[in-house]
Amino acid sequence: MNKLRTIEEAVALIKDGDTLMVGGFLAVGTPTKLIDAIVDKGIKDLTLICNDSGFMDRGVGKMVVAKQFKKIIASHIGTNKETGRQMVAGETEVVLVPQGTLIEQIRAAGYGLGGVLTATGLGTEVEKGKDKVVVDGKEFLLEKPLKADVAIIFGNHVDKYGNIEYYGATRNFNHMMAAAADITIVEALNIVEVGELDPNSVHTPGVFVNYIVPGGED
Amino acid sequence: MMDKAQVQEYIARRVAHELRDGDVVNLGIGLPTKVANYVPEGKTIVFQSENGFVGLGPSPSEDNIDPFITNAGGMPVTILPGGVFFDSALSFGIIRGGHVDLTVLGALQVDEEGNIANYMIPGKMVPGMGGAMDLISGAKKVIVAMEHTAKGNPKILKKCSLPLTAAHQVDMIITEMCVLEVTEEGLLLKERNPDFTIEDIQAVTDAPLLVKGEVKLMGTPL
Repeated sequence: MNKLRTIEEAVALIKDGDTLMVGGFLAVGTPTKLIDAIVDKGIKDLTLICNDSGFMDRGVGKMVVAKQFKKIIASHIGTNKETGRQMVAGETEVVLVPQGTLIEQIRAAGYGLGGVLTATGLGTEVEKGKDKVVVDGKEFLLEKPLKADVAIIFGNHVDKYGNIEYYGATRNFNHMMAAAADITIVEALNIVEVGELDPNSVHTPGVFVNYIVPGGED
Repeated sequence: MMDKAQVQEYIARRVAHELRDGDVVNLGIGLPTKVANYVPEGKTIVFQSENGFVGLGPSPSEDNIDPFITNAGGMPVTILPGGVFFDSALSFGIIRGGHVDLTVLGALQVDEEGNIANYMIPGKMVPGMGGAMDLISGAKKVIVAMEHTAKGNPKILKKCSLPLTAAHQVDMIITEMCVLEVTEEGLLLKERNPDFTIEDIQAVTDAPLLVKGEVKLMGTPL
């Protein structure tokens, strides 16, 4: 078993029309090299699932500028004016989801759940078209799982089995997205041998990770 | 008259009076962030950053910027001793699960039923709700901290006209003119800036203000 791949080999796994999860929060803890390679290759008609749409020159926002998405599912698009422009022009469908609901939909997909119940969004436009469930007299929205064909995530320290130890605020959506896609590719800032990470300190187990690509400095 | 920066500082200072020792607090971007500058002496407040940690500290000096330690606005920050990093699911478990004592947010509109609109103006500005819907629904106490009007136009209404961020969740509204409590009967005027009369405040507030007993004075304007 060898999970190590080049950036090119990994990006070849992503096809036109795929649903793609991208880890990161406002481009912090995001797989920048994979994003650049996807932009260079021009993969198109993708559906994005990401916390936000980054910045025009940073993070997943570069793919927005390159018009690679037909649909964007995110909690926030305000830092990338191109996303708003494409939405208003009708070029890209944008679905806004509360951040806590988005991460739970991803968790539900990865963890084998049929959905989650949340009070977030009740009485707002978010509840439109969704089933309501009453539990012990309290009303909730049923939010369904969100799954992807491919997840590209970031890790600070990754061993060759794919175990990930994050640093700082980089864990964000990466940790749950690892479980929620058919193929999970982690861009590792630092790749170490199996056994070098303390099992007590690993955040995302390598069982969720299919491939590892080198990040960091060239 | 206070300028815009002074108005924001005046509001932030008043919001800080609501902090209780040991509170877990999440501050929205913009004016609410400034509340952290006025934590009362002797009180320990744990600030939460919804992108994934508690123990949010002040901005670092330029030499000490860590690209991986950022706040929910993507800006460099620090983490204080005792702080903890986590993933977004846990972060929103803290928020949705009722473990945040207080959240402070700005608003485009807020109304007498405690409804708040702050994430979009259809056809004009659609940044998205980010974590605001979860925060407002999940936090034990919700304070709206904002300038009283938008260029003279009321923002405190009988009924919000913009898409809601949350329904019936706001507990308190603090502006440069007054402090309002959201009650079953409507908006109760608790305090006023000594520079304004009750009539002045009502004149720029769409919702009727309830006055019961003494209306205390807010601090001296800057």
